[in-house]
Amino acid sequence: MFAVSLLDIIGPVMVGPSSSHTAGACRLGLLARNLVGGTPERARIELHGSFARTGEGHGTDKAIVGGLLGFRPDDDRIRTALDIAERDGLAFTFEKVTLGDDGQVHPNSTRITVQRGAREHVMLGASLGAGRVMVSEVDGYPVELHGNHHAIVLVAEDVKGSVARIAGILADDGINIATLRLTRKHKGGDAFMVIEVDEAPGEPVREHIRALPWVRWAHRLDKVSA
Amino acid sequence: MFTSLASAIAAAESEGKSLSAVALEAEALDQGRPVAEIRDALARALAVMRGAVERGSAGDLKSASGLVGGDAAKVHHSTAGPLAGTLFRDVLARALAVQEVNAAMGVIVAAPTAGGAGVLPAVLTGVADARGLPDDRVVDALATAGLIGAVVAERASLSGAEGGCQAETGAAAGMAAGAATEMLGGTPRQVGHAVALAQQGTLGLVCDPLGGLVELPCVFRNATGSAIALAAVEMALAGVEFAIPADEVIDTMGQIGREMDVRYRETAGGGLAATPTGRRLARERLVSIKRSQG
Repeated sequence: MFAVSLLDIIGPVMVGPSSSHTAGACRLGLLARNLVGGTPERARIELHGSFARTGEGHGTDKAIVGGLLGFRPDDDRIRTALDIAERDGLAFTFEKVTLGDDGQVHPNSTRITVQRGAREHVMLGASLGAGRVMVSEVDGYPVELHGNHHAIVLVAEDVKGSVARIAGILADDGINIATLRLTRKHKGGDAFMVIEVDEAPGEPVREHIRALPWVRWAHRLDKVSA
Repeated sequence: MFTSLASAIAAAESEGKSLSAVALEAEALDQGRPVAEIRDALARALAVMRGAVERGSAGDLKSASGLVGGDAAKVHHSTAGPLAGTLFRDVLARALAVQEVNAAMGVIVAAPTAGGAGVLPAVLTGVADARGLPDDRVVDALATAGLIGAVVAERASLSGAEGGCQAETGAAAGMAAGAATEMLGGTPRQVGHAVALAQQGTLGLVCDPLGGLVELPCVFRNATGSAIALAAVEMALAGVEFAIPADEVIDTMGQIGREMDVRYRETAGGGLAATPTGRRLARERLVSIKRSQG
């Protein structure tokens, strides 16, 4: 049985009006921002289900854009995020879409495509309620990211010993792995690795991982929950 | 954390401690953090709650749809009602204030949720200010409220989409009633009766917001939820005992939530949302939101 925390019940501190449609939406924006390592130049935001139907009244659009700008759920600049985005050079579009059937796709789902310089990623995520979120897909790879740990995500060629090598680099730097998940689109294809860690990994660790010849790219996803 | 109020009350009684002390120690053990750090986080939450009460009382806020805002100030300044000048009336105004801040995209503490965020700050700061209680006592009360909420989360639900409004403002009323009872010197057992008394008064309450927005009736449900919490505190401290234990009342809330038709669980498909006026307002106001955003 999971232990419910007092501070989950008395919290989070957030901009209203809805923990799922506002706070959770902001966290999904933050995760998409982290994928490109800063404020994107362009963002295409597709809203599905309840996000599409009642998102405007809940400020879901402002919250996602606020997250893309790096605002956390308790930052009251979320209210004016759409204007700030314009000023800061973030060009965004919103579309109401159907991402799949009710049984397959969570009603509060969004697909966010972000681009910053040469970095471009697509992320599918859902707001699960009470501000909790889950990213279920990055660039077409199935993942399970909740944003409640610091994480390193990377795409690597499917070579033997890759997991051990990366675990070794993290251990050398004194970083403890909380979870590690590896997915592939097909056998022998590139592998997508999500490594959730207890401490925020420093720049040297990321450089070591990026320097591995079989790593195509590696990004740090800072945690987005309190 | 505890999964029943009965076990928490038994622990408090056998160790001669308050429920808040027992809750803080359990949380410290679960999270591997010192009690002082948890109290600091609760103190920060209290500061945000007080800020929201103050911000909402000014009366100049409007929600995204324009359906709510300004009613906290009306109640605060009115001399017409039978509760004018009382703690009770002050608590009602505070609950409206926090929810008006929430609806206007202001900063609140989701405790237990954003939709039910008005009850706890209204009851705890309203009672503490009227009785001149120090913030330390309110922070302890928040720990007790968190314990009660954790038990509800384990045994039933804290989500309107899962359990209706009884799981949001209803749970908030139970949390606030128990917490205020301890804050005013009630025993752990009296806290349990206060939770049961508040929660029984909200059983069956549906979640039926117009257009699915956390505005109407949510803002007013927080005021009426606070009234039920105060009624429960009054009875529990007077020595009233509710024959059905709090844990069983909470279980009942969960059962009713599971059996509740989906129209009454935050889908805007039933209740007030489905009335002719509710549908018309939702249609008109959602269009006006789109226009105002250009």
